[in-house]
Amino acid sequence: MPTTAPAAQDPAQDSARDPETGPAHGLHGLHALADVTASDSTLRRFLHGLPGVDTVGLEARAASLGTRSIKTTAKAYALDLAISMVDLTTLEGADTPGKVRALGAKAVRPDPTDRTAPAAAAVCVYPDMVPTAKAAVAGSAVQVASVATAFPAGRASRAVKLADVQEAVAAGADEVDMVIDRGAFLAGHYLKVYDEITAVREVCGTSARLKVIFETGELSTYDNIRRASWLGMLAGADFIKTSTGKVAVNATPANTLLMLEAVRDFRAQTGVQVGVKPAGGIRTAKDAVKFLVLVNETAGEDWLDNHWFRFGASSLLNDLLMQRQKLATGRYSGPDYVTVD
Amino acid sequence: MASVFEYAPAPESRSVVDIAPSYGLFIDGEFTDAADGKVFKTVAPATEEVLSEVAEAGEADVDRAVRAARKAFEKWSALPGTERAKYLFRIARIIQERSRELAVLETLDNGKPIRETRDADLPLVAAHFFYYAGWADKLDHAGFGASPRPLGVAGQVIPWNFPLLMLAWKIAPALATGNTVVLKPAETTPLSALFFADICRQAGLPGGVVNIVTGDGRAGAALTAHPDVNKVAFTGSTAVGKQIARTVAGTRKKLTLELGGKGANIVFDDAPIDQAVEGIVNGIFFNQGQVCCAGSRLLVQESIHDELLDSLKRRLTTLRLGDPLDKNTDIGAINSAEQLARITALADQGEAEGADRWSPSCELPSSGYWFAPTLFTNVTQAHTVARDEIFGPVLSVLTFRTPDEAVAKANNTPYGLSAGIWTEKGSRILAVANKLRAGVIWSNTFNKFDPTSPFGGYKESGFGREGGRHGLEAYLDV
Repeated sequence: MPTTAPAAQDPAQDSARDPETGPAHGLHGLHALADVTASDSTLRRFLHGLPGVDTVGLEARAASLGTRSIKTTAKAYALDLAISMVDLTTLEGADTPGKVRALGAKAVRPDPTDRTAPAAAAVCVYPDMVPTAKAAVAGSAVQVASVATAFPAGRASRAVKLADVQEAVAAGADEVDMVIDRGAFLAGHYLKVYDEITAVREVCGTSARLKVIFETGELSTYDNIRRASWLGMLAGADFIKTSTGKVAVNATPANTLLMLEAVRDFRAQTGVQVGVKPAGGIRTAKDAVKFLVLVNETAGEDWLDNHWFRFGASSLLNDLLMQRQKLATGRYSGPDYVTVD
Repeated sequence: MASVFEYAPAPESRSVVDIAPSYGLFIDGEFTDAADGKVFKTVAPATEEVLSEVAEAGEADVDRAVRAARKAFEKWSALPGTERAKYLFRIARIIQERSRELAVLETLDNGKPIRETRDADLPLVAAHFFYYAGWADKLDHAGFGASPRPLGVAGQVIPWNFPLLMLAWKIAPALATGNTVVLKPAETTPLSALFFADICRQAGLPGGVVNIVTGDGRAGAALTAHPDVNKVAFTGSTAVGKQIARTVAGTRKKLTLELGGKGANIVFDDAPIDQAVEGIVNGIFFNQGQVCCAGSRLLVQESIHDELLDSLKRRLTTLRLGDPLDKNTDIGAINSAEQLARITALADQGEAEGADRWSPSCELPSSGYWFAPTLFTNVTQAHTVARDEIFGPVLSVLTFRTPDEAVAKANNTPYGLSAGIWTEKGSRILAVANKLRAGVIWSNTFNKFDPTSPFGGYKESGFGREGGRHGLEAYLDV
């Protein structure tokens, strides 16, 4: 297996499309899968031919990896890595420029009392807040991610969704977090979902990395989550993402483990590396470290980098910072010693 | 293996357990020395450190223990079931309260990882006592007629692979049904049984109801041959099981044997592959493969052989072998030098017979008894590694083409303890399970235990069932 996947990091190749073979990643591995997306029936046959997922076994494995004990130096490494992987998110109707600016400042310098704390990976906002967010993180390595495609329901016409993406990209979003059409997926119209992702991929072009949100809580079964993962990766997703954070069940250790298996297998088959982003419901440093253990022991250390793994979260960052302070000073500080944004 | 995410050592504290420098035999509620004063040492297999010195029971001591059990039987068996249940519930609760201490003790004496003693052995031990406590006052409704009678004194001999759990499997149903017991733990792992003796005292169990005699095979032989024992229960090797069967033949003793196995784990091409890989790993590397029902033969459909083996090998490289007290250890130490020698010899024989041997790169500690997880591919039914029970972390991989061939190969063994079936097709699970001659069949999982589920073997894997309602029968005069 290759240790890196340079082609996947080269957006110029992602955007080039060969009408006969689908997205041309310039890799023979993907060409081998090109036939798969030739029609609705070939795509369905492929997705339904993926190995099934045993619910009990998957959840048992996730739980067993959750018992790993990460202490001292390993904990310090994991906390810093987790901080650097946070997509600091605000997706509320009540979002204001002031709120987004505060979030941007927090992402750039999460711990004002300790400059050695790494920056977060990105701020994640609605498209209309992208200009504000860009200004707030200007001059730093922090990325601006924008949700799009009629987030979170995804119930709008293709034209509206693409316009949504267009606006985000034009405003300078570095990353686009799209939602798939769960209705189409559950109705078995896989090619429709595929086409929509590739269309969004095209609008993102060379300027934005694309995260594809499946809303795993609505797909409901693990078999569906595995199929959606492959569908998203075939359509050119840079990241596959669990959920919007707006439904009852969001990221869980089991669904994230399953998606990590998918990106691992996809790279083994095609040479293309795809990132994973669990989002929603990860609130404590302890949980975040458990997810990093899943990454380490499933996809492997190539994914232990914020280019390939992210946490979609809002309250998680403060707990990571408090745990980091505890590790450094030996004392628990408290919520008044981290910023409320 | 250097990794960017190197887990720092996370050892469980040894200070939660206080091991005395020496222990006596537990007879009639008291710890006493052996009549001839003999002792033997028990060591930590991970480090070869001597943990304690334990009395070695001779025939006279076994006789004393059986007489104490006989004396206690009259009152114990006359107690109402509700009263016996109270003692068992009390024991179960004390085990839960002392579970961390017992887990560390078991890990020290046996060499298995703390993750397993903490998450598997101890919860199951407590669950077993809770479960049979529940039966004690409901024996009229167990399907054996009204007021089924106990047998009397049970002589029980247990192995070293799950010392405390095998003790629970033996003692809980025996006491629930009104028998008294003399139990001999394995020579290499006597400590948890002696701690259990202390728990019996803590629970106020009347003297003589439970007696623990430590020693080697001679003490076990004396116990099973003792004329005043009414019931013999043995878990261990098939060779010793046969000896015991000869000893008991022609007497009125009731016998149950839970012996070796060469379990087949059958993976069909429509299996959930990632979970099957986990099940294979759990089937053969749980407790270093020192499990009588281990899935030591992997039968994989030829059409997915390469894909499955790639996944399996990748998974094996993530297994963490080392200090059993480290909470992140997956593979601990082999229980004894003797067992290590046996595993080594059988693995070498597999290689000599032409099977392909593979192990992930892993560094073995310099002291203690260690064996790297090992795979044999290109194995046929004729290879020794496919026929003999290795009782170690060694998996033999065979292939099949059709369900009938899978069944034929799975059944082609003198043993018949366990089997696993991996397929997403429910009808195939039922069809194949009906044809397999094994006492325990798991589908889409492996090595799952529960006190409510009977466990036992076919053919040379023994007879009689432990666990569940069926487990009562072995201790009732029915």
